[in-house]
Amino acid sequence: MVKIAQISCGTEYSGVQKEIEKAASTFGAEIVFPETDLDYIDEAYEKFGFNCASSGIRLMIARAMSIVEGKSDADAVFIATCFRCAEGALVRNEVRRFIQQNTRLPVVTYSFTERTKADELFIRMEALSTIVARKSLLAREKQEGLTLGIDSGSTTTKVVLMENNSIIGTGWLPTTDVLECTNNGIDQAMEGTGYKLDDVEGIGVTGYGRLTIGKKMGADLIQEELSVNSKGAVYLANHQKGEATVLDIGGMDNKVITVNDGIPDNFTMGGICAGASGRFLEITSRRLGVDISELGPLASKGNYKNALLNSYCIVFGIQDLVTSLAAGGSKEDVAAAACHSVAEQVYEQQLQEIDVREPLIQVGGTSLIEGLVEAVSEVLGGINVIVPEYSSHIGAVGGALLVSGLGNRHEKE
Amino acid sequence: MFPPNSLILADLIERRGHEPLVLQNEIRKKVKDPEIDSPPFNMTEEDPIKGLKYAAIEVPSGVRGRMSLFGPLIDQAEAAILMDEAPFGFGCIGCARTNELCVYYLRKRGIPTLELKYPKTHDETIELVNKINSFLDQLEEDDG
Repeated sequence: MVKIAQISCGTEYSGVQKEIEKAASTFGAEIVFPETDLDYIDEAYEKFGFNCASSGIRLMIARAMSIVEGKSDADAVFIATCFRCAEGALVRNEVRRFIQQNTRLPVVTYSFTERTKADELFIRMEALSTIVARKSLLAREKQEGLTLGIDSGSTTTKVVLMENNSIIGTGWLPTTDVLECTNNGIDQAMEGTGYKLDDVEGIGVTGYGRLTIGKKMGADLIQEELSVNSKGAVYLANHQKGEATVLDIGGMDNKVITVNDGIPDNFTMGGICAGASGRFLEITSRRLGVDISELGPLASKGNYKNALLNSYCIVFGIQDLVTSLAAGGSKEDVAAAACHSVAEQVYEQQLQEIDVREPLIQVGGTSLIEGLVEAVSEVLGGINVIVPEYSSHIGAVGGALLVSGLGNRHEKE
Repeated sequence: MFPPNSLILADLIERRGHEPLVLQNEIRKKVKDPEIDSPPFNMTEEDPIKGLKYAAIEVPSGVRGRMSLFGPLIDQAEAAILMDEAPFGFGCIGCARTNELCVYYLRKRGIPTLELKYPKTHDETIELVNKINSFLDQLEEDDG
Protein backbone atom coordinates (compact mmCIF):
# COMPACT_ATOMS: atom_id res chain seq x y z
CA MET A 1 0.00 0.00 0.00
CA VAL A 2 1.37 3.40 -1.01
CA LYS A 3 1.45 5.81 1.91
CA ILE A 4 0.59 9.39 0.96
CA ALA A 5 1.37 11.93 3.68
CA GLN A 6 -1.26 14.62 3.85
CA ILE A 7 0.07 18.06 4.76
CA SER A 8 -2.85 20.42 4.81
CA CYS A 9 -4.94 23.05 6.54
CA GLY A 10 -8.71 23.35 6.38
CA THR A 11 -9.65 20.03 4.79
CA GLU A 12 -11.78 18.82 7.70
CA TYR A 13 -13.72 22.05 7.93
CA SER A 14 -14.25 22.27 4.18
CA GLY A 15 -15.78 18.82 4.18
CA VAL A 16 -13.34 17.52 1.58
CA GLN A 17 -11.33 15.16 3.79
CA LYS A 18 -13.45 12.16 2.88
CA GLU A 19 -13.05 13.00 -0.81
CA ILE A 20 -9.26 13.07 -0.48
CA GLU A 21 -9.27 9.70 1.25
CA LYS A 22 -11.67 8.25 -1.30
CA ALA A 23 -9.46 9.43 -4.19
CA ALA A 24 -6.37 7.91 -2.59
CA SER A 25 -7.99 4.57 -1.79
CA THR A 26 -9.32 4.27 -5.36
CA PHE A 27 -5.71 3.99 -6.50
CA GLY A 28 -4.51 1.68 -3.76
CA ALA A 29 -3.04 4.40 -1.59
CA GLU A 30 -3.58 5.33 2.03
CA ILE A 31 -3.61 8.85 3.47
CA VAL A 32 -1.40 9.22 6.55
CA PHE A 33 -0.75 12.21 8.79
CA PRO A 34 2.89 12.77 9.75
CA GLU A 35 3.52 12.54 13.47
CA THR A 36 4.01 15.65 15.54
CA ASP A 37 3.56 16.61 19.17
CA LEU A 38 2.92 20.00 20.71
CA ASP A 39 6.55 20.80 21.50
CA TYR A 40 7.63 19.66 18.07
CA ILE A 41 5.14 22.00 16.37
CA ASP A 42 6.74 25.07 17.99
CA GLU A 43 10.23 23.78 17.35
CA ALA A 44 9.50 22.87 13.74
CA TYR A 45 7.80 26.04 12.62
CA GLU A 46 10.45 28.22 14.24
CA LYS A 47 13.12 26.19 12.49
CA PHE A 48 11.24 26.58 9.20
CA GLY A 49 11.19 30.35 9.74
CA PHE A 50 7.71 31.27 8.56
CA ASN A 51 5.89 33.17 11.32
CA CYS A 52 2.35 32.38 10.29
CA ALA A 53 -0.68 33.47 12.29
CA SER A 54 -2.80 30.36 11.70
CA SER A 55 -2.06 27.48 14.02
CA GLY A 56 -3.44 25.07 11.41
CA ILE A 57 -0.71 26.19 9.06
CA ARG A 58 1.90 25.90 11.81
CA LEU A 59 0.80 22.30 12.24
CA MET A 60 1.15 21.88 8.49
CA ILE A 61 4.74 23.10 8.61
CA ALA A 62 5.50 20.77 11.51
CA ARG A 63 4.14 17.82 9.53
CA ALA A 64 6.37 18.74 6.60
CA MET A 65 9.36 19.02 8.93
CA SER A 66 8.50 15.63 10.41
CA ILE A 67 8.75 14.09 6.92
CA VAL A 68 11.99 15.88 6.06
CA GLU A 69 13.60 14.96 9.39
CA GLY A 70 12.60 11.33 8.94
CA LYS A 71 10.33 11.25 12.00
CA SER A 72 7.46 10.01 9.83
CA ASP A 73 7.43 7.58 7.00
CA ALA A 74 5.72 8.27 3.65
CA ASP A 75 6.06 7.33 -0.02
CA ALA A 76 4.53 10.50 -1.45
CA VAL A 77 3.18 13.83 -0.25
CA PHE A 78 -0.14 15.59 -0.86
CA ILE A 79 -0.12 19.28 0.12
CA ALA A 80 -3.44 21.11 0.23
CA THR A 81 -4.87 24.36 1.57
CA CYS A 82 -8.09 26.25 1.05
CA PHE A 83 -8.52 28.13 -2.19
CA ARG A 84 -8.38 31.91 -1.56
CA CYS A 85 -6.35 31.71 1.68
CA ALA A 86 -3.33 33.92 1.14
CA GLU A 87 -1.35 32.50 4.03
CA GLY A 88 -2.24 28.99 2.90
CA ALA A 89 -1.09 29.69 -0.65
CA LEU A 90 2.20 31.16 0.57
CA VAL A 91 2.99 28.31 2.93
CA ARG A 92 1.77 25.61 0.55
CA ASN A 93 4.31 26.73 -2.01
CA GLU A 94 7.17 27.03 0.47
CA VAL A 95 6.43 23.65 2.05
CA ARG A 96 6.42 22.07 -1.41
CA ARG A 97 9.85 23.54 -2.18
CA PHE A 98 11.14 22.49 1.23
CA ILE A 99 10.10 18.86 0.74
CA GLN A 100 11.38 18.75 -2.82
CA GLN A 101 14.74 20.20 -1.85
CA ASN A 102 15.22 17.82 1.04
CA THR A 103 13.63 14.53 -0.03
CA ARG A 104 13.10 12.50 -3.19
CA LEU A 105 9.36 12.09 -2.53
CA PRO A 106 6.88 12.93 -5.29
CA VAL A 107 4.72 15.89 -4.27
CA VAL A 108 1.36 17.15 -5.40
CA THR A 109 -0.20 20.42 -4.32
CA TYR A 110 -3.84 21.38 -4.50
CA SER A 111 -6.08 24.22 -3.39
CA PHE A 112 -9.54 22.98 -2.66
CA THR A 113 -13.01 24.42 -2.29
CA GLU A 114 -16.01 22.90 -0.55
CA ARG A 115 -17.01 21.52 -3.94
CA THR A 116 -13.83 19.52 -4.54
CA LYS A 117 -14.82 15.95 -5.32
CA ALA A 118 -12.79 12.77 -5.36
CA ASP A 119 -12.99 12.62 -9.19
CA GLU A 120 -11.02 15.87 -9.46
CA LEU A 121 -8.28 14.39 -7.33
CA PHE A 122 -8.17 11.02 -9.11
CA ILE A 123 -5.51 11.90 -11.66
CA ARG A 124 -3.28 13.42 -8.99
CA MET A 125 -3.60 10.50 -6.59
CA GLU A 126 -3.20 8.02 -9.42
CA ALA A 127 -0.03 9.76 -10.57
CA LEU A 128 1.38 9.78 -7.02
CA SER A 129 0.62 6.07 -6.60
CA THR A 130 2.06 5.24 -10.02
CA ILE A 131 5.28 7.09 -9.45
CA VAL A 132 5.80 5.13 -6.23
CA ALA A 133 4.40 1.71 -7.13
CA ARG A 134 5.54 1.53 -10.74
CA LYS A 135 8.93 3.19 -10.53
CA SER A 136 10.65 0.28 -12.30
CA LEU A 137 8.11 0.40 -15.12
CA LEU A 138 8.58 4.17 -15.48
CA ALA A 139 12.33 3.66 -15.69
CA ARG A 140 11.80 1.75 -18.95
CA GLU A 141 13.79 3.42 -21.73
CA LYS A 142 13.20 1.18 -24.73
CA GLN A 143 10.09 -0.18 -26.41
CA GLU A 144 10.17 -3.88 -27.29
CA GLY A 145 7.93 -6.14 -29.37
CA LEU A 146 4.75 -4.93 -31.08
CA THR A 147 2.66 -2.66 -28.85
CA LEU A 148 -0.16 -0.21 -29.27
CA GLY A 149 -0.58 3.05 -27.37
CA ILE A 150 -3.93 4.85 -27.23
CA ASP A 151 -4.43 8.36 -25.87
CA SER A 152 -8.13 9.14 -25.66
CA GLY A 153 -7.90 12.88 -24.96
CA SER A 154 -10.68 15.37 -24.31
CA THR A 155 -10.27 16.91 -27.78
CA THR A 156 -8.43 14.35 -29.90
CA THR A 157 -7.77 10.62 -29.91
CA LYS A 158 -4.24 9.52 -30.77
CA VAL A 159 -3.03 6.01 -31.54
CA VAL A 160 0.52 4.79 -32.09
CA LEU A 161 1.78 1.36 -33.15
CA MET A 162 5.36 0.66 -32.14
CA GLU A 163 7.66 -2.19 -33.03
CA ASN A 164 11.10 -2.71 -31.54
CA ASN A 165 11.66 0.89 -30.48
CA SER A 166 10.26 2.48 -33.66
CA ILE A 167 6.93 4.07 -34.49
CA ILE A 168 5.48 2.19 -37.45
CA GLY A 169 1.95 3.61 -37.56
CA THR A 170 -0.04 6.53 -36.20
CA GLY A 171 -3.70 7.52 -35.97
CA TRP A 172 -5.20 10.88 -35.07
CA LEU A 173 -8.79 12.12 -35.02
CA PRO A 174 -11.08 14.47 -33.08
CA THR A 175 -12.73 12.79 -30.09
CA THR A 176 -16.47 12.28 -30.34
CA ASP A 177 -17.64 8.77 -29.39
CA VAL A 178 -14.56 7.47 -27.56
CA LEU A 179 -14.87 3.83 -28.64
CA GLU A 180 -15.62 4.58 -32.27
CA CYS A 181 -12.79 7.09 -32.44
CA THR A 182 -10.40 4.61 -30.91
CA ASN A 183 -11.34 1.92 -33.41
CA ASN A 184 -10.91 4.35 -36.31
CA GLY A 185 -7.58 5.51 -34.86
CA ILE A 186 -6.38 1.91 -34.60
CA ASP A 187 -7.34 1.32 -38.24
CA GLN A 188 -5.32 4.39 -39.24
CA ALA A 189 -2.30 3.24 -37.26
CA MET A 190 -2.44 -0.34 -38.58
CA GLU A 191 -2.87 0.71 -42.20
CA GLY A 192 0.00 -0.37 -44.40
CA THR A 193 1.89 -2.10 -41.58
CA GLY A 194 0.65 -5.60 -42.43
CA TYR A 195 -0.38 -6.15 -38.79
CA LYS A 196 -3.82 -6.54 -37.28
CA LEU A 197 -5.02 -5.96 -33.73
CA ASP A 198 -4.59 -9.63 -32.77
CA ASP A 199 -0.86 -9.43 -33.50
CA VAL A 200 -0.34 -6.74 -30.89
CA GLU A 201 1.50 -7.91 -27.76
CA GLY A 202 0.34 -5.16 -25.44
CA ILE A 203 -2.10 -2.25 -25.32
CA GLY A 204 -1.46 0.83 -23.17
CA VAL A 205 -4.27 3.33 -22.70
CA THR A 206 -4.24 6.87 -21.30
CA GLY A 207 -6.29 10.09 -21.44
CA TYR A 208 -9.80 11.01 -20.30
CA GLY A 209 -11.36 7.99 -21.95
CA ARG A 210 -8.80 5.53 -20.59
CA LEU A 211 -11.07 3.68 -18.20
CA THR A 212 -13.86 3.09 -20.74
CA ILE A 213 -11.54 2.08 -23.56
CA GLY A 214 -9.15 0.16 -21.35
CA LYS A 215 -11.97 -1.96 -20.01
CA LYS A 216 -13.55 -2.54 -23.40
CA MET A 217 -10.30 -3.48 -25.10
CA GLY A 218 -8.84 -5.46 -22.23
CA ALA A 219 -5.82 -3.12 -22.15
CA ASP A 220 -2.74 -4.32 -20.30
CA LEU A 221 -1.95 -0.85 -19.00
CA ILE A 222 -4.49 1.82 -18.06
CA GLN A 223 -2.61 4.83 -16.84
CA GLU A 224 -3.22 8.53 -16.14
CA GLU A 225 -1.58 10.88 -18.62
CA LEU A 226 0.85 12.63 -16.29
CA SER A 227 3.28 9.75 -15.97
CA VAL A 228 2.59 8.41 -19.46
CA ASN A 229 3.06 11.79 -21.16
CA SER A 230 6.25 12.61 -19.32
CA LYS A 231 7.67 9.22 -20.24
CA GLY A 232 6.68 9.66 -23.88
CA ALA A 233 8.18 13.16 -23.91
CA VAL A 234 11.62 12.27 -22.58
CA TYR A 235 11.70 9.21 -24.84
CA LEU A 236 10.91 11.16 -28.01
CA ALA A 237 13.15 14.07 -27.07
CA ASN A 238 15.94 11.57 -26.38
CA HIS A 239 16.37 13.05 -22.93
CA GLN A 240 15.87 10.07 -20.63
CA LYS A 241 18.65 11.02 -18.25
CA GLY A 242 18.83 14.14 -16.14
CA GLU A 243 16.25 16.82 -15.58
CA ALA A 244 13.62 18.29 -17.88
CA THR A 245 10.22 19.96 -17.80
CA VAL A 246 7.32 18.68 -19.87
CA LEU A 247 4.66 21.21 -20.88
CA ASP A 248 1.40 20.06 -22.40
CA ILE A 249 -1.05 22.86 -23.21
CA GLY A 250 -4.12 20.76 -23.83
CA GLY A 251 -7.61 21.27 -25.15
CA MET A 252 -9.16 21.24 -21.71
CA ASP A 253 -6.39 21.47 -19.16
CA ASN A 254 -2.70 22.15 -19.03
CA LYS A 255 -0.03 19.98 -17.49
CA VAL A 256 3.43 20.95 -16.38
CA ILE A 257 5.59 18.07 -15.19
CA THR A 258 9.17 18.14 -13.95
CA VAL A 259 11.10 14.96 -14.64
CA ASN A 260 14.28 13.49 -13.26
CA ASP A 261 15.77 10.51 -15.13
CA GLY A 262 12.42 9.96 -16.84
CA ILE A 263 10.44 9.80 -13.59
CA PRO A 264 8.05 12.68 -12.79
CA ASP A 265 8.76 14.29 -9.44
CA ASN A 266 6.38 17.23 -9.52
CA PHE A 267 3.52 18.44 -11.61
CA THR A 268 0.72 20.94 -11.74
CA MET A 269 -2.52 20.57 -13.60
CA GLY A 270 -5.36 22.79 -14.62
CA GLY A 271 -5.67 26.50 -15.12
CA ILE A 272 -8.00 29.21 -14.03
CA CYS A 273 -9.72 29.63 -17.37
CA ALA A 274 -9.95 28.32 -20.90
CA GLY A 275 -8.20 31.53 -22.00
CA ALA A 276 -5.00 29.64 -21.20
CA SER A 277 -5.80 26.55 -23.23
CA GLY A 278 -5.58 25.06 -26.69
CA ARG A 279 -9.29 25.62 -27.05
CA PHE A 280 -8.71 29.37 -27.12
CA LEU A 281 -6.33 28.97 -30.06
CA GLU A 282 -8.83 26.74 -31.83
CA ILE A 283 -11.54 29.39 -31.52
CA THR A 284 -9.05 32.09 -32.52
CA SER A 285 -8.19 30.27 -35.76
CA ARG A 286 -11.88 29.81 -36.51
CA ARG A 287 -12.45 33.55 -35.97
CA LEU A 288 -9.52 34.38 -38.24
CA GLY A 289 -10.90 32.03 -40.87
CA VAL A 290 -7.79 29.86 -40.98
CA ASP A 291 -7.16 26.21 -40.20
CA ILE A 292 -5.56 25.58 -36.78
CA SER A 293 -2.49 24.26 -38.61
CA GLU A 294 -2.03 27.68 -40.24
CA LEU A 295 -2.26 29.64 -36.97
CA GLY A 296 1.38 28.96 -35.94
CA PRO A 297 3.03 30.17 -39.16
CA LEU A 298 0.64 33.15 -39.19
CA ALA A 299 1.58 34.07 -35.62
CA SER A 300 5.28 33.87 -36.43
CA LYS A 301 4.83 36.66 -38.97
CA GLY A 302 2.94 38.97 -36.59
CA ASN A 303 3.83 41.14 -33.62
CA TYR A 304 1.81 40.47 -30.50
CA LYS A 305 2.41 44.00 -29.24
CA ASN A 306 0.18 45.40 -31.98
CA ALA A 307 -2.95 43.68 -30.64
CA LEU A 308 -4.20 43.73 -27.09
CA LEU A 309 -5.33 40.26 -26.08
CA ASN A 310 -4.82 39.31 -22.50
CA SER A 311 -8.02 38.19 -20.92
CA TYR A 312 -8.16 35.27 -18.53
CA CYS A 313 -11.53 34.33 -19.90
CA ILE A 314 -12.17 32.70 -23.27
CA VAL A 315 -15.27 34.81 -23.89
CA PHE A 316 -13.58 38.13 -23.11
CA GLY A 317 -10.47 36.95 -24.93
CA ILE A 318 -12.49 36.51 -28.09
CA GLN A 319 -14.09 39.91 -27.49
CA ASP A 320 -10.57 41.42 -27.38
CA LEU A 321 -9.78 39.61 -30.59
CA VAL A 322 -12.84 40.92 -32.37
CA THR A 323 -12.10 44.46 -31.14
CA SER A 324 -8.51 44.23 -32.39
CA LEU A 325 -9.64 43.06 -35.81
CA ALA A 326 -12.32 45.76 -35.96
CA ALA A 327 -9.69 48.38 -35.12
CA GLY A 328 -7.77 47.32 -38.19
CA GLY A 329 -5.37 44.83 -36.59
CA SER A 330 -3.79 42.38 -39.01
CA LYS A 331 -4.53 38.66 -38.84
CA GLU A 332 -0.84 38.01 -38.21
CA ASP A 333 -0.69 40.35 -35.23
CA VAL A 334 -3.89 38.93 -33.74
CA ALA A 335 -2.62 35.36 -34.18
CA ALA A 336 0.66 36.32 -32.50
CA ALA A 337 -1.24 38.04 -29.68
CA ALA A 338 -3.41 34.95 -29.13
CA CYS A 339 -0.33 32.70 -28.86
CA HIS A 340 1.41 35.18 -26.59
CA SER A 341 -1.66 35.50 -24.38
CA VAL A 342 -1.92 31.73 -23.89
CA ALA A 343 1.81 31.42 -23.16
CA GLU A 344 1.69 34.29 -20.70
CA GLN A 345 -1.29 32.91 -18.85
CA VAL A 346 0.16 29.41 -18.62
CA TYR A 347 3.25 31.06 -17.18
CA GLU A 348 1.31 33.14 -14.68
CA GLN A 349 -1.03 30.40 -13.57
CA GLN A 350 1.13 27.32 -13.63
CA LEU A 351 4.78 27.62 -14.58
CA GLN A 352 5.35 29.87 -11.58
CA GLU A 353 4.32 27.05 -9.26
CA ILE A 354 7.01 24.79 -10.50
CA ASP A 355 10.80 25.06 -10.69
CA VAL A 356 11.11 24.98 -14.47
CA ARG A 357 14.14 22.92 -15.47
CA GLU A 358 15.79 23.11 -18.87
CA PRO A 359 15.20 21.75 -21.39
CA LEU A 360 11.47 22.35 -21.62
CA ILE A 361 9.88 19.68 -23.78
CA GLN A 362 6.63 21.00 -25.25
CA VAL A 363 4.16 18.33 -26.30
CA GLY A 364 0.55 17.81 -27.30
CA GLY A 365 -1.34 19.12 -30.32
CA THR A 366 -0.61 22.74 -29.39
CA SER A 367 3.14 22.14 -29.65
CA LEU A 368 2.61 22.03 -33.42
CA ILE A 369 1.57 25.71 -33.31
CA GLU A 370 5.01 27.24 -33.74
CA GLY A 371 3.87 30.73 -32.71
CA LEU A 372 2.87 29.30 -29.32
CA VAL A 373 6.20 27.51 -28.88
CA GLU A 374 8.06 30.74 -29.68
CA ALA A 375 5.85 32.65 -27.22
CA VAL A 376 6.50 30.09 -24.44
CA SER A 377 10.24 30.39 -24.95
CA GLU A 378 10.05 34.17 -24.96
CA VAL A 379 7.85 34.38 -21.86
CA LEU A 380 10.35 32.14 -20.05
CA GLY A 381 13.25 34.42 -20.93
CA GLY A 382 14.49 32.56 -24.02
CA ILE A 383 14.55 29.09 -22.43
CA ASN A 384 15.49 26.12 -24.63
CA VAL A 385 12.18 24.59 -25.83
CA ILE A 386 12.28 21.22 -27.59
CA VAL A 387 9.36 19.99 -29.69
CA PRO A 388 10.16 16.36 -30.50
CA GLU A 389 8.92 14.53 -33.57
CA TYR A 390 5.47 12.98 -32.94
CA SER A 391 4.98 15.55 -30.15
CA SER A 392 1.20 15.44 -30.59
CA HIS A 393 1.21 11.64 -30.07
CA ILE A 394 3.16 11.78 -26.84
CA GLY A 395 0.61 9.99 -24.63
CA ALA A 396 0.13 7.18 -27.15
CA VAL A 397 3.91 6.74 -27.49
CA GLY A 398 4.29 6.69 -23.69
CA GLY A 399 1.52 4.07 -23.46
CA ALA A 400 3.11 1.85 -26.12
CA LEU A 401 6.52 2.18 -24.49
CA LEU A 402 5.40 1.47 -20.93
CA VAL A 403 3.14 -1.44 -21.81
CA SER A 404 6.04 -3.21 -23.50
CA GLY A 405 7.50 -3.61 -20.02
CA LEU A 406 4.56 -5.66 -18.79
CA GLY A 407 5.32 -8.87 -20.65
CA ASN A 408 3.82 -10.60 -23.61
CA ARG A 409 0.08 -10.30 -24.09
CA HIS A 410 -0.17 -13.61 -25.94
CA GLU A 411 1.84 -15.44 -23.28
CA LYS A 412 -0.69 -14.26 -20.70
CA GLU A 413 -3.52 -15.61 -22.77
CA MET B 1 16.14 45.55 6.93
CA PHE B 2 12.61 44.78 7.90
CA PRO B 3 10.27 46.70 7.86
CA PRO B 4 11.90 47.98 4.68
CA ASN B 5 10.47 51.48 5.16
CA SER B 6 11.85 52.08 8.64
CA LEU B 7 13.68 55.41 8.66
CA ILE B 8 15.18 54.65 12.07
CA LEU B 9 16.78 51.40 10.91
CA ALA B 10 17.89 52.98 7.64
CA ASP B 11 19.57 55.80 9.52
CA LEU B 12 21.38 53.44 11.91
CA ILE B 13 22.66 51.37 8.99
CA GLU B 14 23.82 54.39 7.04
CA ARG B 15 25.64 55.87 10.04
CA ARG B 16 27.76 52.73 10.25
CA GLY B 17 28.75 53.02 6.62
CA HIS B 18 26.46 50.37 5.15
CA GLU B 19 23.82 50.72 2.48
CA PRO B 20 20.23 50.36 3.69
CA LEU B 21 17.97 48.70 1.11
CA VAL B 22 14.90 50.81 1.61
CA LEU B 23 11.46 50.73 0.11
CA GLN B 24 11.43 54.50 -0.31
CA ASN B 25 14.05 54.30 -3.07
CA GLU B 26 11.98 51.76 -4.97
CA ILE B 27 8.84 53.87 -4.65
CA ARG B 28 10.81 56.96 -5.73
CA LYS B 29 11.69 55.16 -8.98
CA LYS B 30 8.02 54.41 -9.49
CA VAL B 31 6.86 57.94 -8.76
CA LYS B 32 9.49 59.48 -11.04
CA ASP B 33 8.87 57.15 -13.96
CA PRO B 34 7.59 59.48 -16.70
CA GLU B 35 6.24 56.58 -18.73
CA ILE B 36 3.42 55.77 -16.37
CA ASP B 37 0.97 57.84 -14.48
CA SER B 38 -1.23 56.19 -11.88
CA PRO B 39 -0.50 57.97 -8.63
CA PRO B 40 0.47 57.60 -5.89
CA PHE B 41 2.91 54.75 -6.57
CA ASN B 42 2.66 54.22 -10.31
CA MET B 43 2.17 50.54 -9.74
CA THR B 44 0.85 48.92 -12.90
CA GLU B 45 -0.87 45.62 -13.56
CA GLU B 46 2.54 44.30 -14.64
CA ASP B 47 3.93 44.64 -11.12
CA PRO B 48 1.84 41.95 -9.41
CA ILE B 49 2.84 39.71 -12.33
CA LYS B 50 6.51 40.38 -11.56
CA GLY B 51 5.71 39.47 -7.96
CA LEU B 52 4.90 35.93 -9.11
CA LYS B 53 8.59 35.19 -8.70
CA TYR B 54 7.98 35.36 -4.95
CA ALA B 55 4.35 34.32 -4.48
CA ALA B 56 2.08 32.02 -6.50
CA ILE B 57 -0.83 33.14 -8.68
CA GLU B 58 -3.39 32.31 -6.01
CA VAL B 59 -1.83 34.76 -3.57
CA PRO B 60 -3.75 38.08 -3.61
CA SER B 61 -2.49 40.65 -6.11
CA GLY B 62 -1.69 43.15 -3.34
CA VAL B 63 0.78 40.70 -1.82
CA ARG B 64 2.35 40.03 -5.21
CA GLY B 65 2.49 43.76 -6.00
CA ARG B 66 4.32 44.39 -2.73
CA MET B 67 6.64 41.46 -3.40
CA SER B 68 7.60 42.94 -6.78
CA LEU B 69 9.15 45.78 -4.76
CA PHE B 70 10.34 43.95 -1.63
CA GLY B 71 11.53 40.75 -3.36
CA PRO B 72 14.44 42.29 -5.30
CA LEU B 73 15.56 44.09 -2.10
CA ILE B 74 15.62 40.74 -0.29
CA ASP B 75 17.60 39.20 -3.17
CA GLN B 76 20.22 41.96 -2.98
CA ALA B 77 20.62 41.92 0.79
CA GLU B 78 23.97 40.83 2.21
CA ALA B 79 22.78 41.09 5.81
CA ALA B 80 19.45 41.62 7.52
CA ILE B 81 18.01 43.29 10.59
CA LEU B 82 14.48 42.17 11.40
CA MET B 83 12.33 44.10 13.80
CA ASP B 84 9.42 42.21 15.28
CA GLU B 85 6.34 43.67 16.98
CA ALA B 86 7.03 47.12 15.53
CA PRO B 87 4.23 49.70 15.92
CA PHE B 88 2.64 51.32 12.88
CA GLY B 89 4.81 54.43 13.02
CA PHE B 90 8.09 52.51 12.99
CA GLY B 91 7.68 51.54 9.37
CA CYS B 92 4.73 49.31 8.90
CA ILE B 93 4.17 47.99 5.39
CA GLY B 94 0.54 47.09 5.78
CA CYS B 95 0.01 43.50 4.84
CA ALA B 96 0.58 40.82 7.45
CA ARG B 97 0.88 38.05 4.83
CA THR B 98 3.55 39.96 2.91
CA ASN B 99 5.43 40.57 6.15
CA GLU B 100 5.39 36.87 6.99
CA LEU B 101 6.75 36.04 3.56
CA CYS B 102 9.45 38.73 3.62
CA VAL B 103 10.76 37.64 7.01
CA TYR B 104 10.72 34.01 5.86
CA TYR B 105 12.67 34.82 2.68
CA LEU B 106 15.22 36.85 4.62
CA ARG B 107 15.74 33.98 7.06
CA LYS B 108 16.01 31.52 4.18
CA ARG B 109 18.74 33.57 2.51
CA GLY B 110 21.17 32.38 5.17
CA ILE B 111 22.86 35.82 5.40
CA PRO B 112 23.96 37.30 8.77
CA THR B 113 20.70 38.24 10.45
CA LEU B 114 19.87 40.12 13.61
CA GLU B 115 16.35 39.57 14.93
CA LEU B 116 15.00 42.02 17.46
CA LYS B 117 11.82 42.94 19.30
CA TYR B 118 10.65 46.54 19.32
CA PRO B 119 11.81 48.08 22.64
CA LYS B 120 9.27 49.13 25.24
CA THR B 121 11.49 50.97 27.75
CA HIS B 122 14.36 53.45 27.67
CA ASP B 123 16.88 50.79 28.71
CA GLU B 124 15.64 48.35 26.12
CA THR B 125 16.06 51.05 23.47
CA ILE B 126 19.69 51.68 24.42
CA GLU B 127 20.35 47.97 24.43
CA LEU B 128 18.71 47.61 21.00
CA VAL B 129 20.78 50.37 19.42
CA ASN B 130 23.93 48.83 20.88
CA LYS B 131 23.00 45.44 19.49
CA ILE B 132 22.41 46.90 16.03
CA ASN B 133 25.68 48.81 16.10
CA SER B 134 27.66 45.74 17.20
CA PHE B 135 26.01 43.68 14.47
CA LEU B 136 26.85 46.28 11.82
CA ASP B 137 30.45 46.65 13.05
CA GLN B 138 30.84 42.90 13.01
CA LEU B 139 29.76 42.85 9.36
CA GLU B 140 32.56 45.28 8.57
CA GLU B 141 35.10 43.06 10.34
CA ASP B 142 33.81 39.93 8.59
CA ASP B 143 34.09 41.76 5.32
CA GLY B 144 37.70 42.66 6.10
